[in-house]
Amino acid sequence: MKRIYLDYASTTPCDPKVAELMTKYLTFEGEFGNPASRSHSFGWEADQAIDTARHQVADLIGADPREIVFTSGATEADNLAIKGTAQFYETNGKHIITSKIEHKAVLDPCRELERDGFEVTYLEPNSDGIITADMVADAIRDDTILVSIMFINNELGTLNDIENIGKLCFDKKIVFHVDAAQATGKVEINLSELPVNLMSLSAHKTYGPKGIGALYIRRKPRSRIRAQMHGGGHERGNRSGTLPTHQIVGMGEAYRIAKERFEQDKAHVDILHDRLLQRINEVEQVYLNGSLDHKVKNILNVSFNFIEGESLIMALENVAVSSGSACTSATLEPSYVLRALGRADELAHSSIRFSFGRHTTIEDIDQTADTLIDVVKKLRQLSPLWDMYQDGVDMEAFDWDEYMH
Amino acid sequence: MAYSDEVTKRFKGVLSNPDNFNVGKFDPNDPNVATGMTGAPACGDVMRLQLKLDDDDRIEDVVFKTYGCGSAIASSTMFVEMLKGKTIDEAREIKDKDIADALALPPIKIHCSVLAEDSIKKAIDDWDRKRSMIGHNGGPK
Repeated sequence: MKRIYLDYASTTPCDPKVAELMTKYLTFEGEFGNPASRSHSFGWEADQAIDTARHQVADLIGADPREIVFTSGATEADNLAIKGTAQFYETNGKHIITSKIEHKAVLDPCRELERDGFEVTYLEPNSDGIITADMVADAIRDDTILVSIMFINNELGTLNDIENIGKLCFDKKIVFHVDAAQATGKVEINLSELPVNLMSLSAHKTYGPKGIGALYIRRKPRSRIRAQMHGGGHERGNRSGTLPTHQIVGMGEAYRIAKERFEQDKAHVDILHDRLLQRINEVEQVYLNGSLDHKVKNILNVSFNFIEGESLIMALENVAVSSGSACTSATLEPSYVLRALGRADELAHSSIRFSFGRHTTIEDIDQTADTLIDVVKKLRQLSPLWDMYQDGVDMEAFDWDEYMH
Repeated sequence: MAYSDEVTKRFKGVLSNPDNFNVGKFDPNDPNVATGMTGAPACGDVMRLQLKLDDDDRIEDVVFKTYGCGSAIASSTMFVEMLKGKTIDEAREIKDKDIADALALPPIKIHCSVLAEDSIKKAIDDWDRKRSMIGHNGGPK
C-alpha cells in the first residue's frame, strides 16, 4: 500500500533542485573549497556561492544579507539568540518573557538561563492558542531585556501577533526574538518593516536540507549578542566554524524556490486543509485545536474524543502523522502545547497533527479521510469511554479517582 | 516506535474483527458478572474488563473494552485469552509480567500490562463483593 506523508511540519523532503545543487559543492570536480580561504580561487568560488545563498535567504524575509548568520539549524539559532542576548544585556536586567507554547529549542535555553539567575515569565496562550501583544504588555517589567515569541506554533499552526508585540518591544527598547522555523514560505515576512530584532530560521521545514539554519540579527537598530561558539570568528564573530557550503547553498536555493512558489504553495495547502477539515467534520465528537482564523493552513490539529492518539496513528498504518499523545513522546507526557490551551488532558491524548505540503495530493487527503473515518469508528467500538458517552454518562463530571491505578 | 509483531498482529486483529477478540459489554448488574475498570482518560488509558462466572467461580466468558495506545489494546486481548476457563483463584495468579513478556513490550510500555493486571484485581473485588452480598442474603453459596 502507498505510504502517505502528512508530517510536513516535522520535516520536508529537499526540493530536487536543492539536492542537485548541493552535490556540486562537495567533490573535487565541484566547488569544495573552504569559503574562508582568501588565497585561491577554490575559496573564492565557495565564498561566492555562500554570498549568493545569503542573498537568497535574506530575500525571502526582506532582510539585508549582512543580517544573516548561518547556524546548524533553528535550534542553534534559538540558543544563540536567547543565551546570546541574555548574556550581552544582563547588566540591564535579568527578566525574559516567552510563552508556554514555544518550541523546546526556546524553552530549554530559558530554563538554562533560570539556573544562571535569570527570571523567565512563561505566558499562557488564549484558548485559541495565540499570544497577544496585551499579554506581553502585562508581563513587561523594568528589568525585562528579552521577549521571545514564535511566529507560528508548530503543533497548531496558529499565528501570534508578531507585529504588535514587536512594536511594543521596540517602544520599550526590549530585544524581540521570533522563532520562525515554521513560518518561512508559509506567511509573508518583511523584516524591513516588521519590528523584530532576532529571527530563527530553518532550512529543512522549507524543502531545504537538515542541519542548516540561520539567525537574522537586525542592523538598525543594531542588536547585539554574545557568541556561543568560539573559533575562527566566522559570521562576523557571531558563530565560528567553517561554513558548510553545500548546506548553505541548499538553504539558499530552497528559500529562492519558496519565494518563487509562495502563492502556489499557499493555494495548494488551503485546498488540502479545507478538504480534510470538511471530511473530518463528518465525524462526531471531534475538536479543532487552535484558532481556525489566525493560522496557516499547512497544519491541521484535531482531537478525536474517546480515542487515544497513538492507537489512532497505529490504525492509520500507511499515513504518517504525529500526535500530542503521551504514548508517542519519550517522556509519556501529553502535549504541553495542548495542555497550555486549557484543553482537558484527554483531548491532548487524542490529538492528531496533519501537516501538508507540495507533494500532498487531493487523493492523499481523500484516502486519509476514508481510512480515518473508518478507524475512528472501529476504535470507538473498542473504547469504554465511547460506551459511557453513548449511555448518557456525563463524562466531564465523572469522577475517575477510584479507577486510577 | 516500532511495535513487536505480536502487538501489531493483535491490534490489527481486534480492529478488523472485534467479535473474535471478545470486545463487548455485559450488564454490570447481572449477578453472574464481575466488572473491573482501571485508568483515567486524563492518563491516556482506561480498561474495562468483565467476567461472566458460573456457580463454581469459573470464568465462562470474558469481554473487554480499552481506551489506550496500541500496546494497551494488545495487552487487553492477551489478557482476555489467559482468563478464559480459569477459576477466580487461578485468575489471581496472572501477573502483568506474563503479559509484558508474551507481547515483548518495551520498558516504556510496561504500564499497559499493569493496567490489565489492575483490571482483573478490580473485577475479582467486584465478584467477592457480589458473592458476599448473596451469602449475606442467605442465597446459594
